[in-house]
Amino acid sequence: MLHFTRWKQIAIALSVIAGIALALPSFFSKETVAGWPWFFPRAQINLGLDLRGGASLLLAMETSEVRKDWLDTLRDDARRRLREAKIPVAGVGIANNAVQVRLTKPEDADAAFKELRGMAQPTGDLIRGLGGSDLDVRKADGGLIVITPTEAGLQHRITDAISAAIETVRRRVDAMGTTEPQILRQGSDRILVQVPGLQDTSQLKDLIGKTARLSFHEVHPTISVEEARKTRVPTGYRIYPGSDREEGDQLLRETPVVRGDELKSAQPAFDQRTNEPIISFTFNGSGARKFGEFTKDHVGRPFAIVLDDKVISAPVIREPILGGSGQISGNFSVESANQLAIQLRSGALPAKLTVIEERVVGASLGQDSIDAGKVSALVGGLAVAAFMIFAYGLLGVFAVIGAAIHVIFVLAIMSVMGSTMTLPGIAGIVLTIGMAVDANVLINERIREELRAGRSPISAIEAGFTRAYATIVDSQLTTFIAGLVMFWLGSGPIRGFAVTLTLGIMTTVYTAFTIARLLVVWWLSAQRTRKVEAPLAFKPALHTDSARP
Amino acid sequence: MTFLFKGVDFFPHGTRWKIIERRYIFIGLSWALAMLSAVLLMTRGLNYGVDFKGGSLIEVQSKTGAVDIADLRSRLDKLGIGEVQVQAAGTGGEALIRVAQQTPTKELNDEKVQAAANDKVKGALGENIEVRRIEVVGPTVSNELKRTGVIAVVASMLGILLYVWFRFEWQFAVAAILALSHDVFITVGMFSLLWYEFDLSVVAAILTLAGYSINDTVVVFDRIRENLRRYKRMPLIELLNLSINETLSRTVLTSVTTALAVLALYIFGTAVIHGFSFAMLFGIVIGTYSSIFVAAPFLLLFGVKREWTPAGSKQAAKPGDAGKARRENVATK
Repeated sequence: MLHFTRWKQIAIALSVIAGIALALPSFFSKETVAGWPWFFPRAQINLGLDLRGGASLLLAMETSEVRKDWLDTLRDDARRRLREAKIPVAGVGIANNAVQVRLTKPEDADAAFKELRGMAQPTGDLIRGLGGSDLDVRKADGGLIVITPTEAGLQHRITDAISAAIETVRRRVDAMGTTEPQILRQGSDRILVQVPGLQDTSQLKDLIGKTARLSFHEVHPTISVEEARKTRVPTGYRIYPGSDREEGDQLLRETPVVRGDELKSAQPAFDQRTNEPIISFTFNGSGARKFGEFTKDHVGRPFAIVLDDKVISAPVIREPILGGSGQISGNFSVESANQLAIQLRSGALPAKLTVIEERVVGASLGQDSIDAGKVSALVGGLAVAAFMIFAYGLLGVFAVIGAAIHVIFVLAIMSVMGSTMTLPGIAGIVLTIGMAVDANVLINERIREELRAGRSPISAIEAGFTRAYATIVDSQLTTFIAGLVMFWLGSGPIRGFAVTLTLGIMTTVYTAFTIARLLVVWWLSAQRTRKVEAPLAFKPALHTDSARP
Repeated sequence: MTFLFKGVDFFPHGTRWKIIERRYIFIGLSWALAMLSAVLLMTRGLNYGVDFKGGSLIEVQSKTGAVDIADLRSRLDKLGIGEVQVQAAGTGGEALIRVAQQTPTKELNDEKVQAAANDKVKGALGENIEVRRIEVVGPTVSNELKRTGVIAVVASMLGILLYVWFRFEWQFAVAAILALSHDVFITVGMFSLLWYEFDLSVVAAILTLAGYSINDTVVVFDRIRENLRRYKRMPLIELLNLSINETLSRTVLTSVTTALAVLALYIFGTAVIHGFSFAMLFGIVIGTYSSIFVAAPFLLLFGVKREWTPAGSKQAAKPGDAGKARRENVATK
């Protein structure tokens, strides 16, 4: 235990130098570090939003909307397939989270079943078993076929929807021009948006709170909304509510002519006649073609512009629009026109996102927290150091050096891993300073015990390190277990704490056991020429040379 | 010079305090505290923070010195957004405002209705008070956090139980977990008694506590095992007593160093860290108490295996005992 080979000593010394070098950049500003020579490490610890100030929003996706959209698509798909297969259908509808197809002739059931089964696709979900399908197609009595999305299929769709939503949210947040926003997936159906420096979140929430699904629909040529309400809504049509502006409800064909995802650009502008804010847009190639054909065939009739299932305007087509560009008007303010333009440019969200958690920290509080963290780390560290040196003298000094190197190691590892330092993280570091010297207390108390049992100083030190080892590992591992659980289950603030705690425990064992021990060995070898005096006291009253065992 | 290098060994050694013999006093005390906690938790419950209750927390700071809490409260009460708590915090004229979870209406969902209430509060603050921090937690998240909080505490206790079982015998593991539950339960009871806010950071403190307060217990248990190997005929009461006395300095001093660090956090930390450091501080004290006075008596209750393998492993030896054997060992290498 008290022997280190030369290469081991060199390795330990190198690890300390590396630790200091890697931790160093975090003590300087980014600009200073950028000016350092190329061979210097530059990775810095990121400051969490609670320390630098900023907004953090947790968004949840309305997964029921994803399901509804999918069912709508499936219904259209089923209808189309049966039409192409020339199988007559009495009705296709959605009920109980499933698409129900009623055939005109029950004897067609087998043919229809075969046709509809082709809609199902493998989910590719390797965990839940091979050959899983995203749809469950069943025949029921009386020519009824039920198509039910499976849980695996739905999960797959939600995952895709979240990935798409993250991209859309990123584009919208980027359009705000803030610096370094972070957009991360959380769990299966959530998105975490972190924007450093942002204080007022209302604009951000407005931007990401709207799905902004734009579509252009054909208005029913003959039946008005009132007539449809009184009798019945024809198949393939639906009544869309008017927006809160003057536009009334409209009876529209459900399948749109063109969708917002075929827009090439959207810009806020002003109407040249009325000077009202409007949005001018351009379709891409295929969108322009579809829109051009539609307007050519429907001159003199109205069409509707629908945003998030609400009609925002229903102008009459005066002439075919062949250039693929147009404008949307409808009581916009400059701000809302700008916002909608951003939303349309960034694409629609696959489903509505709601903010379920919001944390905003002002920059001044962040700075106060950093200062408070520094003061408590400093005072806590000094108090622990004073206590250790008072209680253990030279061995206490070694323990304090070990604890200081422990802090450097934690910072170094966090820099390399690109971890984020949060306020609970600082608390974790301060806490581990106190815990770091625990190992030394155990070792030193054991050394004293061995001395009292009549051992020579060197063999007491040796025995102290050897025998305290198992106890130290046992006691640190239990805290480590708690730290791992926190990391596994914890959300934001708890996780930041768990990172420094678990890292701290690992470095603690290393510094208390290797570095403090190496210092003892060095000190002993420096004393070799003299007779070694026990580096420990028995009792304050016995602090004389006669105390030597 | 001698003083500087040796340090002051102020802790009494060679004590033989009859702790186990007086176990009924300590067990009685612990039961009383646990009962008190149980009664408090059942009747009064916990002062859940925004993390677990939902709603919003707004930290404000006055630009002109102290905040007039009464005045602010009366202004906020008039807003018609239900219960609003206002409480002074920190030393720099800070105050914490808590707005309860608003009931969603037909037009406004959870998110919108809460945002509207927050805007009303912000509007009512006046010019001299600025917002420093806002936390809004929706009902889905608060319920989830509550659930994961409980799961985390149970999971970490289970992990510790398994580890101690693996390293010792089942009696040790059960005694350790009982001592640990005692610490956690009484700490939570303390939060109910003092009506301190119970939020996510307090749960983090309790988890850390679970891992940390077991340290002292493990130190005592290690020594009990060591002594079990050495004194095969010593009555268990005497052996437990000896082990506790021998490790007393360790159990207390390790806690002192950690408590010093946490005390610094408690005194100099911001409002965010206050609950955390209080829970840690209290937990360290109660954890040290239970390691000395609660864990070992449980071992007496369960009884322990007396036939331990002879001291073959490194840590299994009484001081000065295996010295000779080890020296021989070294010689053969």
